[in-house]
Amino acid sequence: MGPSMNNDLSVSNLVKKFGDFTAVDNVTFAVPQGSFFSILGPSGCGKTTLLRMIAGFEEPTSGNIMIRGKDMAGVGPNLRPVNLVFQHLALFPMMNVEENIAFGLRRRKVDSATIKKKIEAILERVGLPDYAKHQIGQLSGGQKQRVAIARSLVLEPSVLLLDEPLGALDLKLREQMKVELKKLQAKVGTTFVYITHDQSEALVMSDRVVVMNQGRFEQLGTPQELYGQPLTPFVAQFVGDNNLWSGEITEMSGADAIIRTDEGFIFRSRVQGEVTVGRRADLFLRPETLRIQPEDKEGLNIFNVTVKTILFDGANSRLLTVTPEDHELLVALPQNRRFDYIQPGQTIEVGWHPEAGVCFAAGD
Amino acid sequence: MVISKSSKAALWLFLTPVLCWLLLLIVLPHIDLLRMSFGGENDYGEHVWTLQNYRNFFTEPIYWNTFLRTAIFSIITTIITFLLAMPVAFYIVKVVRPRFQGAMVLMLLLPFWVSELVRVYGWMILLRESGVINHFLLKFGVVDRPVEMLYNDATMIMGLVYTSMLFMVVPIISAMESLDDSLIEAAHDLGSGKLVIWYKIILPHCKPGITSGSIVVFMLVLGNYLTPNLMGGKNSLWFTEQIYNQFIASFNWNQGAAFGFLLLLLSSLIIWIGLKLSRQKLGEVAS
Repeated sequence: MGPSMNNDLSVSNLVKKFGDFTAVDNVTFAVPQGSFFSILGPSGCGKTTLLRMIAGFEEPTSGNIMIRGKDMAGVGPNLRPVNLVFQHLALFPMMNVEENIAFGLRRRKVDSATIKKKIEAILERVGLPDYAKHQIGQLSGGQKQRVAIARSLVLEPSVLLLDEPLGALDLKLREQMKVELKKLQAKVGTTFVYITHDQSEALVMSDRVVVMNQGRFEQLGTPQELYGQPLTPFVAQFVGDNNLWSGEITEMSGADAIIRTDEGFIFRSRVQGEVTVGRRADLFLRPETLRIQPEDKEGLNIFNVTVKTILFDGANSRLLTVTPEDHELLVALPQNRRFDYIQPGQTIEVGWHPEAGVCFAAGD
Repeated sequence: MVISKSSKAALWLFLTPVLCWLLLLIVLPHIDLLRMSFGGENDYGEHVWTLQNYRNFFTEPIYWNTFLRTAIFSIITTIITFLLAMPVAFYIVKVVRPRFQGAMVLMLLLPFWVSELVRVYGWMILLRESGVINHFLLKFGVVDRPVEMLYNDATMIMGLVYTSMLFMVVPIISAMESLDDSLIEAAHDLGSGKLVIWYKIILPHCKPGITSGSIVVFMLVLGNYLTPNLMGGKNSLWFTEQIYNQFIASFNWNQGAAFGFLLLLLSSLIIWIGLKLSRQKLGEVAS
């Protein structure tokens, strides 16, 4: 009771072991009502196992799962107030759209008239009116997606679980479905728990994201927090792109550290976690924090790089550059015509603000 | 499509053995049987064309009763085989670890390396009055005197089911292999219990395999001679025995040929009705 009443889903100290292998390692989190929550991690990090435990397909080794304040231990998947949108959607090929959506309602013995009304309403909602009689094979990838979501949403679950449902779509459609899913979630107000290995999906759609690695939670926060203030080297590397230097801490000054990289650069940078003088450290720097030919060099870390190639990708264009010691660095290239003069082979000056980088003590 | 001369020649090259086989071993004998089935002798012993052989089947109750019995028992055998094969196939495809799957199928296959005759005699050694089972029943005092377990319909059906198991399990396995586990999980997630999952997801998906398995099993059982003859004994007359009797015992080849054709037509009719009832087309099942 108490705080759990505002959370549709709360998971505490959840552990799942397969033999000696720990797939999910002591995970605790809560998802507030009506929010879009993402679990982001590389494949094999345990996120699918976690989702399957919430759906009821796997029994946790220890720990518990509460949905709307009710303990789910021993409750089968067919009796839980959650529904899962499967990775490959798992629409029933022997039924048409209408029968697919009606499947769950019929199991609940809802009468035919109500079923008909609900199907119409949900198809309208996912933007597929008039598709009730279509066969599954006649639908495009994006339409199947929406039918799969409609089939689960029509049951009005407390929590809708989504297992990388956009993975099978092509890029353009995926971008489009991302925005649509977010809009749909805002419209229906159902709590979404979404798992993905695609950081862009997680960042674009979610209210809060947790980054998972080797069965553990690395960091939980808003997309902005994960991107701007990563708490661990793994998060810094996994969410967004980062340039990486290894080096040694030579001096601490206030909240910042002075790090000497292995190739001899001296940088001032923000620090995360425990860092002491003389320790090895990793410095992460995002491509867009590197300013090309800065006019105001006050307080910046300045050094020279040579342009190797221009990686043109519209708004996401970058320069692939190398330091004199052949260390590769990505530098964001704003497409505002200011840097059109840059050619491969040219040496340019770049600078970054100490607040923009982040230093972690290096692992052993 | 335009077929070039050389590919046409290749087509004939590969088609010829099949056509020869069909023509010499299937079509020609059947034409002769058909001719024979309309033949008969008049009172003077002269050869005449007649429908009498076919009329006999419908006017003599013993003949069509035997056929009816055979058909009904074949249908029962098919249904029992299907009921047993479904969980077996499910176990092999979805439950057993993949590396044991091959071994399981091999175990199913193993009895079929032995001739049917040997298998039936195996059952007879187990079940007869002085057989293995009776020996142990007597020894442990379950019964006072040996029970005759052979020569009745139940034993015959058991033997037929045993003989046809493989032909049902294999097509169902191949149909079930294409069933995505996530469909089962999705149905479970949407609120169905085990029974509904079987009825709504697994059975409809395996329908082509079930149908082709059922057709094969039905035809094999209907045309079986050995098992009903040896295990069913005198009381369990099978229609194939009638045909055998006409050919071998009565030397009435004309009557035997007519029975053979009736068996072919009536069994095809039953399968056609079965397909209609389950709303399937033969072409879909075969593909």
